[in-house]
Amino acid sequence: MKIGLFIPCFVNELYPQVGMATLRLLENLGLDVTYPLSQTCCGQPFANSGCESDVQALAYRFVDIFQHFDYIVAPSASCVVMVKEHYGAFFDDAHEGFAKVKSSIYEVCEFLHDVIKPETFNVSFPYRVGVHNSCHGQRGLNLASASELQIPHFSKIKNLLSMVDDVTIVELNRDDECCGFGGTFSVTEPELSAAMGNDRITDHLSSGAEVMTGADMSCLMHMDGLIQKNGQRLKVMHITQILAGEGV
Amino acid sequence: MKNHATLSAEFVKDSERMHWHDRALWYVRQKRDNAAKAVPEWEELRALASQIKAHTMENLDHYLETFEKEARKNGVAVHWAKDAEEHNRIVYEILAKNGAKKVVKSKSMLTEECGLNPYLERRGIEVTDTDLGERIIQLKGDAPSHIVLPAIHLKKEDVSAIFHEHLHSEEHNSDPTYLTGVAREHLRQKFLSADAAITGVNFAVSETGAVVVCTNEGNADMGVSLAKVHIACMGIEKIIPRMCDLGVFTRLLARSATGQPVTTYTSHFRKPREGAQMHVVIVDNGRSAILHEEDFARSLHCIRCGACMNTCPTYRRSGGHAYRFVIPGPIGSILAPLKQPDRYNDLPFACTLCGSCRNVCPVKIDLDHQLYRHRQEIMKRDVFKEKKRFMKWIARLMQHPMLFTLVGKTVRTIAPILPKSLLYHKKNVWGRYRQMPDFPKQSFKALYKKERNAKKQ
Amino acid sequence: MPKSSREAILKNIRTQKRGTPPPLPETSRFGTTYEDKVKVFQSRLSDVGAVFVECDREGITGTIREKYPHAKTIASLIKNDTLANVDLDAVQDPHELKDLDLAIFEGVFGVAENGAIWIENDHNRHRALYFIARHIVIVLPKAEIVDNMHQAYERIDLSQSGFGTFISGPSKTADIEQALVIGAHGPKSLYVVLV
Repeated sequence: MKIGLFIPCFVNELYPQVGMATLRLLENLGLDVTYPLSQTCCGQPFANSGCESDVQALAYRFVDIFQHFDYIVAPSASCVVMVKEHYGAFFDDAHEGFAKVKSSIYEVCEFLHDVIKPETFNVSFPYRVGVHNSCHGQRGLNLASASELQIPHFSKIKNLLSMVDDVTIVELNRDDECCGFGGTFSVTEPELSAAMGNDRITDHLSSGAEVMTGADMSCLMHMDGLIQKNGQRLKVMHITQILAGEGV
Repeated sequence: MKNHATLSAEFVKDSERMHWHDRALWYVRQKRDNAAKAVPEWEELRALASQIKAHTMENLDHYLETFEKEARKNGVAVHWAKDAEEHNRIVYEILAKNGAKKVVKSKSMLTEECGLNPYLERRGIEVTDTDLGERIIQLKGDAPSHIVLPAIHLKKEDVSAIFHEHLHSEEHNSDPTYLTGVAREHLRQKFLSADAAITGVNFAVSETGAVVVCTNEGNADMGVSLAKVHIACMGIEKIIPRMCDLGVFTRLLARSATGQPVTTYTSHFRKPREGAQMHVVIVDNGRSAILHEEDFARSLHCIRCGACMNTCPTYRRSGGHAYRFVIPGPIGSILAPLKQPDRYNDLPFACTLCGSCRNVCPVKIDLDHQLYRHRQEIMKRDVFKEKKRFMKWIARLMQHPMLFTLVGKTVRTIAPILPKSLLYHKKNVWGRYRQMPDFPKQSFKALYKKERNAKKQ
Repeated sequence: MPKSSREAILKNIRTQKRGTPPPLPETSRFGTTYEDKVKVFQSRLSDVGAVFVECDREGITGTIREKYPHAKTIASLIKNDTLANVDLDAVQDPHELKDLDLAIFEGVFGVAENGAIWIENDHNRHRALYFIARHIVIVLPKAEIVDNMHQAYERIDLSQSGFGTFISGPSKTADIEQALVIGAHGPKSLYVVLV
């Protein structure tokens, strides 16, 4: 099984430790992982700002780079949703490369939960953790059941997290409310974006969380920025960092 | 003119009030969740509603014609209005013909959309909105901020002040029961002295020519059962094919809107009562044009329940007035740009595309997808030139990995050594409320290469 | 000859047809059914702010008098109702009912899932009766309760009467800061006598 590691552009530049944690996490499970060096960006920021047509060249690059792997794994639900749901505009149905990429790309929690199915991570994390359900991950990739829907409750992230020793997952007041990042929304409506992020942070703090985690670094980056500015005591870590055995 | 970003910033500034507003609407969302939970087949019900609406829209002409035929057989006068102006004129002419000077009106977003009240008032007709929330707004001279809960942005103290000023209620008595009692007495006089009653239409049933009006207060029924003239105003999309389809929609509407299993009154008007007249005004006002927009046609399925607003995290924290359109929130952000593209091109961006709206919509409209498509259309029209240029530049950069790596390294090297005043310059909007991330010395790519090279040795 | 708005609208609609529409679903047997629908109905009545009592036909007058001892003007659609002191046949204009304390009428059937009662009285000239009275009493046969709205609509005809309404509890509003207030413009209370 050859895995192509896809690291979101901003994670590559600003949160390399998340990339390393993902790499370590997969390798610790005995998996063969390669990071294709020529990758750049999936194009999501452009698509969400209305510039879908600018994504075409990036979509072609992406498929070119990743089509030969058995699986493509990324520590980012929103990037995976981008590829699975929006790249279709650039390829016709017969395009084999895209069909292969679409069926083999996974967000890392999804991949571990659905494909690898480990029974333990052999790590301990004795902290109270709040799970931030990012919108793309949840409503886009079905990483957890959305609170609006009348369907049986499930959460892939929480299932994985519960395999970590000594961890306590706290119950939030609003399990899946948006954090307000929303891509360029974070700078086009900065007050509203900050208010939404601060409300999520307050929810975690009032629910007793010491650590906030989630599958999307974009949400976490936004909220970590607020936490640091506000001087609040809530450590932000990507889920891969916890599963890979990083301490606080 | 202020856009959503400016208005939402103002709304957010009063943090206490913003949070109060947010909590009030989240509470309605929770009530909706509880109501949905009590219906084991809820998701199937939504699918059925979506199916009925899709079928109806493809056969809309047929169902409208049948509706008209049946209604006429029942002694109902049917009128057609191609736009708002014609709708207003038709309503006015019916009133004038009957010498009607005082009118009571129950909730109708359509009449809001057409600007009926000012039109009639300019022609010497007194219009009293009888839904309590709408009456409060009317007395205040304000616009509604929600389609089901028009006064949700007002606190009881605000209502007390409005009633004290206009209805001479006790000053500083803000007990909701007391205030509702004041409104009851006041509006009762209006019902009793009205010459005509105007209502909206929640559902118009093609099979029987009947219109259905749902209220909790009984204001539509009070008006219609007393006045000699009933004028029911409906958009063309309110048609549903059969009586049995009401089974699906009446189970979804109130649960989605307020969390109640059904509204207190679900009145079916098929014939005028003895000695009275009943008119139905069927209005297009741009709806038939939306029918042929492949991306946006499904927005016509909307049954105006307001669930999308209650769940929308940006609506809850910016308030309905930030949208400046008769219908706010997610569905409003889709309809407004279709009505007036240049005025409302900010609305599809007043959203994080979280998708919660899509999940609560009782008729399964793909609201978030339509908002995304609006963004593509707006950018194609070159509306936000600067943003477009900037995005194109970055996208081009992303096609060249070495260039991207270089730019990244440069930013990571320079940013940490910039003086704070420069780093957190006004132009750095991200930095206004957030601390900038730590700029690592090496990118993941660099660390990976280093590690792989070390492994090789 | 200028096209009428009707023609213009229909033409606009007709030119926009796209594909084959989905069929209309069959829903008569759809929807939750209950083991004890009377119990569920009674529970929903309470939820929506109505008060109910179970009794036999002989006990109707007594229980209403007990519930509304201070009602002065009473109208009833039930034949030979001794409680009524307003002759509805003599009423020419519904405005005359404006001070009505109590209106009594029969329900056709009740709906368990939401506590709604279908009201359709072909011979009633004054629809205002159901809304204008300060309080209302609905007499409903316990055997006439259906599980859900799909079953309800299988029973509704409307072709004879021209008006019918579901009433679920007394009138209410939550328009002032979401505080539920019972008694908006319609009746302030609903008493359901299950016979």
